[in-house]
Amino acid sequence: MIIKHLKLSQINGSLVVLDDVKDASNEEIVLLKVEDGTRRMGRIVKIDGERITVQVFEGTRGLSMSNAEATLTGKPMEIALSPEILGRTFDGLGRPIDGLGEIYPEELRDVNGSPINPVSRVYPQNFIQTGISSIDALATLIRGQKLPIFSGSGMKHNELAVQLVQQSTISDSGDFAIVFAAMGVKNDVAMFFKNSFREANVMDRVVMLLNLANDPIIERIMTPRCALTIAEYLAFTLGKHVLVIMTDMTSYCEALREYSSSKGEIPGRKGFPGYLYSDLASLYERAGMIEGAEGSVTQIPILTMPNDDITHPIPDLTGYITEGQIVLDRGLDYKGVYPPISVLPSLSRLMKDGIGEGYTREDHSTLANQLLSTYAKVQDAKALASVIGEDELSREDKLLLGFGKLFDERFLNQGYTENRSIDETLDLGWELLSTLPRNMLDRVDDKTIEKYYKKAEETAV
Amino acid sequence: MQENRIFGINGPVITIKGHTDLQMMETVYVGDKRLIGEVIKVDSNATTVQVYEETTSLRPGEPVVSTGLPLSVTLGPGIIGNIFDGIERPLTDMRDRFGAFIGRGADFDSLNGDRKYQVTFLVGKGDKVSGGDVFAECPETPVIKHRAMIPQGISGEITEISGNGEYTVNDVIAKLRDSDGNTVELKLSQKWPIRTPRAVKRRMPANKPLITGQRVIDSVFPIAKGGAAAIPGGFGTGKTMTQHQLAKWCDADIIIYVGCGERGNEMTQVLNEFSEITDPKTGRPLLDRTVLIANTSNMPVAAREASIYTGITIAEYYRDMGYHTALMADSTSRWAEALREISGRLEEMPADEGFPAYLPSRLSEFYERSGYVENLNGTEGSISLIGAVSPQGSDFSEPVTQNTKRFTRVFWALDKSLAYARHYPAINWNNSYSEYINDLSDWYRDNVSADFMKCRDEICALLLEENSLMEIVKLIGADVLPDDQKLVIEIARVIRVGFLQQNAFHKDDTFVPIDKQYRMMDVILHLYKLAGEAVERQIPISKITSTGIFDRLVQMKYDIPNDRPEMFDELKNEIDLILNGILR
Repeated sequence: MIIKHLKLSQINGSLVVLDDVKDASNEEIVLLKVEDGTRRMGRIVKIDGERITVQVFEGTRGLSMSNAEATLTGKPMEIALSPEILGRTFDGLGRPIDGLGEIYPEELRDVNGSPINPVSRVYPQNFIQTGISSIDALATLIRGQKLPIFSGSGMKHNELAVQLVQQSTISDSGDFAIVFAAMGVKNDVAMFFKNSFREANVMDRVVMLLNLANDPIIERIMTPRCALTIAEYLAFTLGKHVLVIMTDMTSYCEALREYSSSKGEIPGRKGFPGYLYSDLASLYERAGMIEGAEGSVTQIPILTMPNDDITHPIPDLTGYITEGQIVLDRGLDYKGVYPPISVLPSLSRLMKDGIGEGYTREDHSTLANQLLSTYAKVQDAKALASVIGEDELSREDKLLLGFGKLFDERFLNQGYTENRSIDETLDLGWELLSTLPRNMLDRVDDKTIEKYYKKAEETAV
Repeated sequence: MQENRIFGINGPVITIKGHTDLQMMETVYVGDKRLIGEVIKVDSNATTVQVYEETTSLRPGEPVVSTGLPLSVTLGPGIIGNIFDGIERPLTDMRDRFGAFIGRGADFDSLNGDRKYQVTFLVGKGDKVSGGDVFAECPETPVIKHRAMIPQGISGEITEISGNGEYTVNDVIAKLRDSDGNTVELKLSQKWPIRTPRAVKRRMPANKPLITGQRVIDSVFPIAKGGAAAIPGGFGTGKTMTQHQLAKWCDADIIIYVGCGERGNEMTQVLNEFSEITDPKTGRPLLDRTVLIANTSNMPVAAREASIYTGITIAEYYRDMGYHTALMADSTSRWAEALREISGRLEEMPADEGFPAYLPSRLSEFYERSGYVENLNGTEGSISLIGAVSPQGSDFSEPVTQNTKRFTRVFWALDKSLAYARHYPAINWNNSYSEYINDLSDWYRDNVSADFMKCRDEICALLLEENSLMEIVKLIGADVLPDDQKLVIEIARVIRVGFLQQNAFHKDDTFVPIDKQYRMMDVILHLYKLAGEAVERQIPISKITSTGIFDRLVQMKYDIPNDRPEMFDELKNEIDLILNGILR
């Protein structure tokens, strides 16, 4: 039911309060018509009898109690979906901004989505080769996974994301799509992504949703929801393999904080609302595969850790929900290592079931274990060397330092367009391990050593 | 009866204006879609209800229908092997009705009403029975026999009984007359309010260990049957992996696994794995002894709050039949956050970090429902509780970890740096503890070996000594240490890598019998003793390490199969030979 001509009775931050409203429904969309002719959109967030609170996406600047009129649409926030959304660009609320006209909807969907029933999920096991050694070998990306990139301002997460998009063999059938959701990123960053998609010649498979740094903040709260609704449609209705890139989740969470505090809610840690975990989960959990559907939704959210602090609530809660994380390191970045992936805290939870014989190669998990445990020892040796000097180190520790250096320079470091196959990556790993004597490899059984350790020795000769 | 209508809506919380006759904690149906809700606050001006489903599109003025009953679960055969949401709705039925995405307003029977069970009666007409007595039994799964009990609080004389045969959970299979002369119908199933603990005759001391097959747990920080343990750890430290390992291998009869606000894919994985892995004791899939409760992080927050109560009520029900049950809750932090979220919506005064002031009392109520007990019907049963805690920012001083620590007696602290070095299970031996050591030492003495506890204490002492030596090594390197201290570091490495570290993906190492655990400790200490004697005779430690015997011990967990304990004697002989060779 559409109800018209309601006057505002209170304006506070992004929230407006309307009185004497009959028949409002929770989460319903409200249109505001301002006297200057502009229209704004809002959502009912609280109902108290006939008094409703509406969150205005575009902000309340310029609104007064007398110059605006509200209309209740009778529907929750919905987005128009059809196969022609591929290749289009939308604003943060899913409205086209590329001048190509409205979407003729095949169906309308509530952007809040519904949780996937755990018994209908298909456990993700298909390995995606990204061509980036540190990810493929040590934090393997799996189709249907949610694997965020934890970065910091100024680090090369955007380049990494683009490289992931360009090199990922996300689909064997070639039927893939990319949904790109920008939340509070700068214009240049959005341009960079756009150009990269164009260069990679995938523009007709990309759906872009842009809520840039100068766009309304509250609108940002809806942006990932619109993006994921599109992704679910592409994946589960049209059967495509969809890669969703969401950047920057930190801006999203800050928008949520702003909204929460203007609503007068009791804050949790660092002023973020107590439901930040549930809210983030309602986004991240929309990745996956379901029974009876061809497609999949793989998410790569990017977030910049404030002050590079991984214990900050945003990366912390994200890490508790996502299936692992790829952590970028400022130290490696300064050293000029690209991609500056800090392999020790990086992790892919789905990796254990998606690698090994039949997926990648039989030695993969042994190699990954050994590389990581050796690299952890390199850090100890480095710490020791910084106290007593490299000369005083034992022979073993010196070997470890040598290995660490090679690992950074050859294994981690690779070019922006260098695409290594999984075999190349694993062989490279064994080659580096072969610089160490056998007895320092405590995670490897003799059979594997025989097959790969010597092989690498031979190639070294 | 007066009709109640929605007045206000705020997220999952709705209010009804005016005076109502709804009871506290009563279940209600909210709105035209009949969403399930629970009354959480009653006041002369307004009644507050938390709704267990999404409230989008709900309108003021829609009806709120009273049921007169507190939030309850149905208990009966058919629970085991099933997967439920937080308020015991079967997820497979929901899939059949809604498809892959969960719809709203669903009122489902928890148990399949069509399935028939072969019932055998254990009582006859005229028998006097009271609450908790088993009156009939039926096979629920090939490994679990379901014992139908007289509902608690009811007693009397059996007046009518159907013959042995096949019945569904809804069939009336017997009747009794209570002392007031009322007739009570008995079925295979009964209802129980989830927030009320089920009665027991008396609590018994918890002095038998829950054997998990995980060395760092069984041998170093054991938990008793009927005990409560906490597993705190930041993300990526392997909480869920540890919980899965325990659910797979611990020697409880029935496992209740509550996925409380965690990942959907993890529940799918549990479901897949548990139907594939066979239980070594019964030869049947693990699912035949497992109940799964899945309320993933994106499912409604109020149902998440209820999910652990649903889980523990089911555990109590099977305990009452005389089973040893174990409940894994992953993760209690998400449950505490659900409390916080709802408390925030009620505009209650927050205490620590926004958590409500009643967080400690709720936690203690929950953990106290564990225990080793004598049931009303005279059988013995237990509930072991293992709660994962996800501290924000890996900071163990946050309120949920701290309060959990107060009400659990085992603390398995997971450590980030161990996890980074891929040392799993990443249980840090320096700040974990088990208060059950003393209670359990008699059991270990009688059932494993007289010097089990001695071995355990020595192992712990060596680890402690290594820890303090490492402080020095970090500053000046290992080379300057005297040989006896170098030996401690070497042997501690064997303990860490060869003993504490355990490979969940290795067919033998994933579960290690307690006897093998003891023998491993024994061999390690044997080497330490002999090597110590050699070092005392001024033999350089490098001479011993170069024989490779330390590395042999690191590998023994893989080299010696679980069913060949005699190989440890051979290994001991080999150590004797090598060390004697050096001494000569």
